[in-house]
Amino acid sequence: MLRFLVRRVLGALVILLLISAITYFLFFFLPSDPALLSCGKNCSPQNVALIRKNLGLDLPIWTQYWHFMVGIFAGRDMPIGHCPAPCFGYSFADQQLVWDTIADRYPTTLSLAIGGATVFLCVGVGLGLVSAWQQGRAFDRIASGVSLVGNSVQIYFLGPIAIGLFASSWHVLDRGHDPDWSHDPWGSVQGLILPCMVLSVIFWSNYSRQTRSLMVEQMSEDHIRAARAKGMSSRYVFLRYALRGAAASIITIFGIDLSAVLGGAIITEVTFGLHGLGLLSVQAVLRSDLPLEMAVMLIGATIIVVCNIVVDAAYALIDPRIRLS
Amino acid sequence: MSILTKTEAGPPGPGDPAPSGPFLSVRDLYVQFATEDGVVKAVDGLSFDLERGRTLGIVGESGSGKSVTNLAVLGLHNPRNTTIRGEIVLDGQELTGASERTLERLRGRKMAMIFQDSLTALSPYYTVGRQIAEPYMKHMGASRKAARERAIEMLARVGIPQPRLRVDDFPHQFSGGMRQRAMIAMALVCDPALVIADEPTTALDVTVQAQILDLLKDLQRETGTAIVIITHDLGVVANTADDVMVMYAGRCVERGTVREILKSPEHPYSWGLLASIPRLSAPVDLPLSPIPGAPPSLLNPPSGCPFHPRCAFAEEVGGGRCATVRPGIPEDERRGFACHLGRERKREIFTGQIQPRLGGGAR
Repeated sequence: MLRFLVRRVLGALVILLLISAITYFLFFFLPSDPALLSCGKNCSPQNVALIRKNLGLDLPIWTQYWHFMVGIFAGRDMPIGHCPAPCFGYSFADQQLVWDTIADRYPTTLSLAIGGATVFLCVGVGLGLVSAWQQGRAFDRIASGVSLVGNSVQIYFLGPIAIGLFASSWHVLDRGHDPDWSHDPWGSVQGLILPCMVLSVIFWSNYSRQTRSLMVEQMSEDHIRAARAKGMSSRYVFLRYALRGAAASIITIFGIDLSAVLGGAIITEVTFGLHGLGLLSVQAVLRSDLPLEMAVMLIGATIIVVCNIVVDAAYALIDPRIRLS
Repeated sequence: MSILTKTEAGPPGPGDPAPSGPFLSVRDLYVQFATEDGVVKAVDGLSFDLERGRTLGIVGESGSGKSVTNLAVLGLHNPRNTTIRGEIVLDGQELTGASERTLERLRGRKMAMIFQDSLTALSPYYTVGRQIAEPYMKHMGASRKAARERAIEMLARVGIPQPRLRVDDFPHQFSGGMRQRAMIAMALVCDPALVIADEPTTALDVTVQAQILDLLKDLQRETGTAIVIITHDLGVVANTADDVMVMYAGRCVERGTVREILKSPEHPYSWGLLASIPRLSAPVDLPLSPIPGAPPSLLNPPSGCPFHPRCAFAEEVGGGRCATVRPGIPEDERRGFACHLGRERKREIFTGQIQPRLGGGAR
């Protein structure tokens, strides 16, 4: 297990390094010039040159990249000022420390993603289990119908409807606001309920269908029949034997879906007018704000890579055949 | 073979001892599956008996209803698409209409099943020890610790070396033969009175096969278990069974003692089965003589004798009776066969045509 983890962490570092390099160098292929953009309307060549120097854009690209990467771990002194350790530089656009902006925005997106994932895993897998148990009966049919509908709606379609019904008309739920975990945890939860519900819909419908078919498939396995033949009750066999087999596949699917979840969280926060990474990352690209782009990319990639390692480790824990090879 | 440790006598089952009649009695059993194409008549009016301490071999091609019959005994068919009619009486207890709860209590305790493929029949996710201990905990109310000790004891009993270490292994860490032994241990952990072994050795190589069969015989001698062995391998039957039932298209076409079936079979299908066995003593270039044709569709079984389309002797019966009249098999005799051919003619054919192909009846 330890060797597995070490190997995966090393691999993850290589992947992150590649992602950072590709993002960084691609930026310089873009036709826009961040110095020109931040210079404004009345811009003289001297100004542009000065801004260029301040932003560090006058150095060779490789040197810039090197400084940037070192800065993430060691911090760096920049013409604008000092930038402490997780340093992603100062934003080209508003000269703020990128890390501060990110630290301000990331909790919203992460809370949404984690909350949404929790909801859709519980609801989706739960529905799938009940459907498989009730296979062919009314509940199963209704659930697969609902899942089909849920699978085909979009967040930006469902979001406004949900706000209209639950918040504006019935006043049962908060219409969604940014979480503030340190000062108002309960309020944060309330503010996240509706967005998380909406985010989870497109996922849980998929998970309920997957879970159902995985369970039905598992229940036809020989070892299920063998377990029944030794007198284990059908519920025991369902939950202990079949679910164990299905869980491995569900977790695999979840690992693949992680980035989609993060993407879904971004769409959701835009739909609900929350201040997460969504608008921030769009702005970063539009304004050619390299440090901000890099930070959004790298932190997102890190989260996904780490989650993938966790998923793989969980997979190994579930399936002993993987554990040892 | 392993040294067998004697265990305490199994706890008395409910309703023990059996009042009268055979230990397992199947009467006029019908098993039908509803499919999209129609109703599959997998078992079509089958009757047989089995006493304690005896072994019944059920022989037949794939799809002849061997496994279906025994899954019906255990009540493991999906009730949603399966219709079961007839009587299955185990130790005086009627099983066909029994509730799921009743069956659950009997399965693994009074009747157990050994499956063909131990790789798929053991769950890959739990240790061998746990899978053996589970039914012991459920049926005997044993503690986790006691059940684990019992699992170790069972592993030793079926000849797994270092059982104390291997008890925590997963099935994929066992070899094929060891897995099969583990599965036998799993089936026998509660000392069931009836063991159904569904092709228990088909997936194994010949030496291991012999060991496994010996093991079953030893265990039977120890505990007086009644065993049903389902197989298409007449060699296995010759080795283990006391009585044999030959099945075709969901019916019994011939039954008798193992000696009767192997030495003087009376049904053309049994002849075909015997003649299709390759023999080591035969010249290598002698072609095998398989039974021509394929097993009939059970959706739409042939009229009359289900074997008549493949039977070489159907014309010898006057009036085309083979195609119209279903030959019966006497209900309450140990020896019986379902064939219209006359006794005299049959003896002639067997001694003249069949016996030479069997190497002069050298078995």
